[in-house]
Amino acid sequence: MAERDRVLDALGAVRDPELDESITTLGFVSTCVVSAAGDVVVRLRLPTYFCAPNFAFLMVADAYDVVAALPAVRSVDVALEDHFAAAQINAGVAARAGFVASFDGEATAELDELRRTFVAKAVLAGTDQVCRPLVASGIDPAGVARLTIADLPTSPALDRLLRRRAELGLPAGPDAPLLVDVGTGAAVAAAGAARHLGLARLTRTGIEANTGICRGMLRHRYVGTGAGEEELG
Amino acid sequence: MYEKNGEKYFVVDSHMHMWKAGPDNWVKGAEQYAKGWIECFHAYQSLGPPATHWTIEKFMSYTEDDLMKDVFEDGYVDVAVFQPTYLKEWYREGFNTTEQNANLGEKHPGMFVLNTRFDPRDGDAGLEELAHNVDRYGSTGVKLYTAEWNAGSRGYKLTDPAAYTYLAKAQELGIKNIHVHKGPTIWPLDKDAFDVSDVDHAATDFPELNFIVEHVGLPRIEDFCFMATQEPNVYAGLSVVIGGLMHARPRFFAKVMGELLFWVGEDKMTFGSDYGIWEPKWQVEGFVDWEFPDDPEFSDYPRLGVDGKKKILGLNAAKLYDLKVPDELQLKEATPAAQDDSKLVTS
Repeated sequence: MAERDRVLDALGAVRDPELDESITTLGFVSTCVVSAAGDVVVRLRLPTYFCAPNFAFLMVADAYDVVAALPAVRSVDVALEDHFAAAQINAGVAARAGFVASFDGEATAELDELRRTFVAKAVLAGTDQVCRPLVASGIDPAGVARLTIADLPTSPALDRLLRRRAELGLPAGPDAPLLVDVGTGAAVAAAGAARHLGLARLTRTGIEANTGICRGMLRHRYVGTGAGEEELG
Repeated sequence: MYEKNGEKYFVVDSHMHMWKAGPDNWVKGAEQYAKGWIECFHAYQSLGPPATHWTIEKFMSYTEDDLMKDVFEDGYVDVAVFQPTYLKEWYREGFNTTEQNANLGEKHPGMFVLNTRFDPRDGDAGLEELAHNVDRYGSTGVKLYTAEWNAGSRGYKLTDPAAYTYLAKAQELGIKNIHVHKGPTIWPLDKDAFDVSDVDHAATDFPELNFIVEHVGLPRIEDFCFMATQEPNVYAGLSVVIGGLMHARPRFFAKVMGELLFWVGEDKMTFGSDYGIWEPKWQVEGFVDWEFPDDPEFSDYPRLGVDGKKKILGLNAAKLYDLKVPDELQLKEATPAAQDDSKLVTS
């Protein structure tokens, strides 16, 4: 069991790039089996047959990578089930091919740009999480724009935001401004702070609403929780 | 018409369907797609109240009688706008064609608006078909499904040169309203499949046309809002927003409505039930009763009053489609003071 928990822990680090949430808590891991000899079998499931294959590919490839990186793993078998592009995705991941090779003639670019786009959205959504309590406590947007990371108490939401910022190469140290442009990393000026916070709130709303729909669809499609899934109300 | 607390609402269902999705209509060799597609739709229905769920058998092939009862008798709808989606690669006679809609529409004059569709990859033949449909059915709107598979291609963008040719032709034929599906799509594989930037360009280049973005770009509502706030001729089509969130995820629904009211505004939002995914009855009733939760988290969103709900449920779409709205169903400020009153005063 301990080995299986280790694998599930590792899978917990794989995110749905759109929802910025772990594939285990989303319920996307339907099976996780580890043999005594270190053979790992993981099966993934998604809310619909037509979920975007680019995101599906990223999740399957990331799942493969985190499991393969674990010590004492002899073989890795990660596959997506019940999806219109499952055969191509699984073959591509198993053969360690990139997305373009997996979708011969259909895809024209790799997925790094896509991933970046969604990490940028996660930074905006995380900004709302961190800043909303500040605004509620009476600090106006211009005041929020004057804060640096060091001015804030530590919190899981702030840690998460800084990790995402670091992923994008945006300033994330104690002296960095709390509000930064997700494209350039430049500080957001006081005059633009209200709009920036509005966009952050909007982005978080979009991600949360999307997650809600995905959870509902998954529940309709599959009976039973996924491996490592915690029911979040 | 829906009446509640003395207020009367003119209801336009601006996004609904009559489809044929049973196994007898599946293309040989593409059964998995036809089946996957309708099962995916059926899963969406599960987000509505349990009492409104149908069996998959009924869902695949509900009847004209079902539609008339659910939409008009029980669903309070005054005028329904048919939005066709062909998907002929998967469904032999098409999933939901202009002709099929017209068969029902022509039996019930005045109750339906018969929109058509086009696909810029259909070349000159498609342009001819568009002209024929506009002439034959009097269409003033089209539904565009940009992710449709077509002879090896799996989608197009509104910014493709061929799409511009079609948009120009549509405008010349008298089309006013372009309903664009921006929701879950399966192509382009290597880009964000929900990208709304093509609508942004087309809306700028065709200022005479209205672009109603169905499903408000969900799950890309932030991109949609950001674009719509800059384009006067872009509307938020609430199909899926009300059906998919109001019952299943009330807090998210409140936030999404809040954002739409903030960025887009109540004058540019239109109700669509997405029937047969969801019946209009519970959506209309629920929306009229709906209020923001009493929670500071929602305090910075604009409020939605009775007038705003009237606009969203029907009056906005009535303007887009030039529909006659009975005087008693117009907004109160919009009705001129009755002459009789003034006579009483002066005589």
